[in-house]
Amino acid sequence: MAIGFVIRKNQYYDSVFLMGVNKRLSQNKGVLQTAVLMASEKNKQLLADIGIYGDQIVTAKPNDLIVAVIAETPQVVDTVLGGLDQALLALEEKVLVSLLHTLNDGLAKKPHANLAVLTIPGEYVFREARKALDAGLSLFIFSSNVPVEEERKLKELAAEKKLLVMGPDCGTSILGGVGIGFSNIINRGAFGVIGPSGTGLQEFTCQIHNAGFGISHAIGTGSHDLSDEIGGITSFQALDALEADPQTKVIAIIAKPPGRKTLERLIARFKLCGKPVVSCFLGARMDSFEGGEALTWTTTIDDAVLAAIQHVGEKPTAIRIELTHQERELASKSRADWAPEQRFLRGLFAGGTFCYQSQQILGEAGIVVHSNAPLDPHYKLADPDRSSEHTLIDMGDETYTLGRPHPMIDGTTRRQRIMSESRDPSVAVLLLDFILGFNASMDPVGELYDAILEAKQMVRQQGGELTIVASICGTKEDPQELDLQERLLREAGVIVFQSNAKAALFCCQLLKHV
Amino acid sequence: MASHSEKRSDLFDQPITVINIGLTGFSESLRQQGVPVIDVDWRPPPEGIPRLTHTKSGASIEEANKETARRIMAGRPEIVGLDLAKHVIPGMSERTILHAGPPIHWERMCGPTRGAVMGALVYERLARSPEAAAELSASGEITFDPCHHHHAVGPMAGIISPSMPVWIIENAEFGNRAYCTLNEGLGKVLRYGAFGEDVYRRLRWMADVLYPTLAAAFERAGPIDLRAMIAQALHMGDECHNRNRAGTSLFLRAITPAMARTCEDGERLAQVIEFINENDHFFLNLSMPAAKAMLEPAEGIEGSTILTVMARNGTDFGIRMAGDPDRWFTAPAGIVEGLFLPGFSADDANPDIGDSTITETAGFGGFAMAAAPAIASFVGGTAQDALNSTFEMYEICYTEHEHFSIPTLDFRGTPMGIDVRFVMETGILPKLNTGIAHKDPGIGMVGAGILRAPKECFIEAFEAIKNW
Repeated sequence: MAIGFVIRKNQYYDSVFLMGVNKRLSQNKGVLQTAVLMASEKNKQLLADIGIYGDQIVTAKPNDLIVAVIAETPQVVDTVLGGLDQALLALEEKVLVSLLHTLNDGLAKKPHANLAVLTIPGEYVFREARKALDAGLSLFIFSSNVPVEEERKLKELAAEKKLLVMGPDCGTSILGGVGIGFSNIINRGAFGVIGPSGTGLQEFTCQIHNAGFGISHAIGTGSHDLSDEIGGITSFQALDALEADPQTKVIAIIAKPPGRKTLERLIARFKLCGKPVVSCFLGARMDSFEGGEALTWTTTIDDAVLAAIQHVGEKPTAIRIELTHQERELASKSRADWAPEQRFLRGLFAGGTFCYQSQQILGEAGIVVHSNAPLDPHYKLADPDRSSEHTLIDMGDETYTLGRPHPMIDGTTRRQRIMSESRDPSVAVLLLDFILGFNASMDPVGELYDAILEAKQMVRQQGGELTIVASICGTKEDPQELDLQERLLREAGVIVFQSNAKAALFCCQLLKHV
Repeated sequence: MASHSEKRSDLFDQPITVINIGLTGFSESLRQQGVPVIDVDWRPPPEGIPRLTHTKSGASIEEANKETARRIMAGRPEIVGLDLAKHVIPGMSERTILHAGPPIHWERMCGPTRGAVMGALVYERLARSPEAAAELSASGEITFDPCHHHHAVGPMAGIISPSMPVWIIENAEFGNRAYCTLNEGLGKVLRYGAFGEDVYRRLRWMADVLYPTLAAAFERAGPIDLRAMIAQALHMGDECHNRNRAGTSLFLRAITPAMARTCEDGERLAQVIEFINENDHFFLNLSMPAAKAMLEPAEGIEGSTILTVMARNGTDFGIRMAGDPDRWFTAPAGIVEGLFLPGFSADDANPDIGDSTITETAGFGGFAMAAAPAIASFVGGTAQDALNSTFEMYEICYTEHEHFSIPTLDFRGTPMGIDVRFVMETGILPKLNTGIAHKDPGIGMVGAGILRAPKECFIEAFEAIKNW
């Protein structure tokens, strides 16, 4: 056994601090006992009690620090005492995570916060959202699986407090130029847009931007808002806000068809609106609506964009998108390379709205399409993993995202599906979508690039040609570099469009005479 | 919570400021766009914890808690003087011994409480020896009662015997009084369960010299405002539970002139000044009854889920709520994660003990850890750890104190008013720092450390609220 001590003259430390140092020193291997204390008379007695004496200790003053070590060997004593400076500092660096665990804590830090963004599991949303509304915050709720009853309660409370609940199941909003959730970098401008679907809003805002215009606000409402259970509470609030907003000149609404009662109330509201309204209810039949002067009914996002732009009196163009002559030529040329048994289209979508819109466009062209998220329930796939004839799959559907990342964030599931589809000799066309912007994959094309090359290669080896058609939803300002993504696709032999509707139209052209 | 109810500006014509609850990716993209955003590291509440807003009988819990917080913070505790326990503490007989924490019989008392009881009975000359004192205690002839049942509080074992001098603290706003003994110092002392000649000698000196000197000074000087003194001490590195160096200094500075004027014996005066000066915890026995005096006016507010008492007797941990002020909810006292004095280890430690958690209950003490970086070793060592410790406690407290603030948090109010509902919703239990007594009677202090309040008594209290 060995004993040693050092005395540091006039080095004062708080006793609790020294207990901490004592603990660290005593953890050294081979240490039997340590004492780290100020040299008060009482403490000197304590040292004597555990067998540590010395003339220096006797003469030490209460402002002197004594560090004593009893250890198995003199080497250990030396090591411990030698490391004393370190021990007196030794407060390890710690990783900084958020120290705030509740909304109230966040509010204390940012008392002027006016929006809470929720991405927590659906079952907890009501409780947290309720607290936020009570505290006067509007909400952006990305979480899904929130009971409809709870959604309605939240939205009714919010309306009472003149607050806004975007969501649940809301992917995208742009408020005053700030993108929330999955959103692109979009110029500010005169177009306000409302919609339950994130990708629908992304497609509309990107096309407005790419056409040289801008967005005042894009307000996501959540996928259930226009159902009759909710009655469009958020959509009506958003309409009021855009009508009152001095920047907004034209209002667009992009959605799947609303509930019947809600639709009637919406139409009545549109008629009273002081600003032109463009509606695009995907999958709805246009002749079921009667509009007034200021209302324009469209059935594709591209048409809604064209109609909205016409309302500001610029660039009068066609009311409906169509393919150019060259594009039609390209379709014929591509078709010519197919093997005789190649007949079918398979669409694999990251964006649910794109899956839906493509079904509508193909349907209008008289092409029967199966899907896991069908426009017509009659064509629902029995097994979403087994395509049948022409099939469009929403890869963002719950079947594919439970416990796995969404295809907008990670390409794994789509990569696998591309390979399995291309092994089917009856497949002639793959239709894909790529979505850029905040929170999306930083290299969506790159993630599928190898799979695309391999699939094409495989079909070519069978004596055919796989035609791959893709749309990119994004702007040049987006962090993923639109030009680069597009160039990669073209290099891989993919036919690229800047809109999903055009890509779907092109597929109609491809399949026309099959 | 009450402080965030002002009307918010319109989302569409104002810049947005975001609180992000969940995925940090969403906040990252907002930050890239220059939006002020703060992340909340949200965790799910424990299963089956509903949000309680009203009692069964229809009382608004929010309103009740608002009133509780108002009363606690309106309290102005002042030292008005000193007297012997038997003269001033209501219900104190010649054979009453008060102890810390919830009620307990001799049979279940822990070592240090037994030791302190034995020492007190010998000191009172009710027994000739510790052994005789133990026999007397077991005989049933001594009435044991919690300090909290007598408007009193006691650190560690918290023993108050009839002839001990006590501080008289009066809440000037509400007129109620609270009592506490004078602090003996550290080491081998009665409140840590030690007995023996040294202990008795010190107690006698306190009764014969310290008490009359202070009492005379207070007769001359009049009341001292403890709320102001605690507020100042919090700005000087104390949290007024485990660090009381600044508070002790402030007290000594305030009382010394009056003592000099009233004490004619210079040597006695010097002894008293030395005793106070050498005992960094002298002020603890003032901050505790100050907290007690502030909390009592909130007792009995129907529907209030805020704690008015949190105390331990070394065997049990107990809490009481403003809405049901006489009912204790108890659970076994926890084991303290400690730093030990040389020569002692965790094997020597008694479980958590003492009424000193009244300071946390009143919105300072360990909850104001951020104000006391010098004792950050309790919570991990760094000043940041001390800040984090306080941040965490904001989550279970109803509000922030209007009078007690923390300089390093830009003078943000301390976390005030432990709400049983928030404890259950967040799953965060009050964090306590405390001294550690030796588990055997007659030895004394062995260290200091930290622990959480036990969950079980909060679960029981929460269940009780559901039936109010």
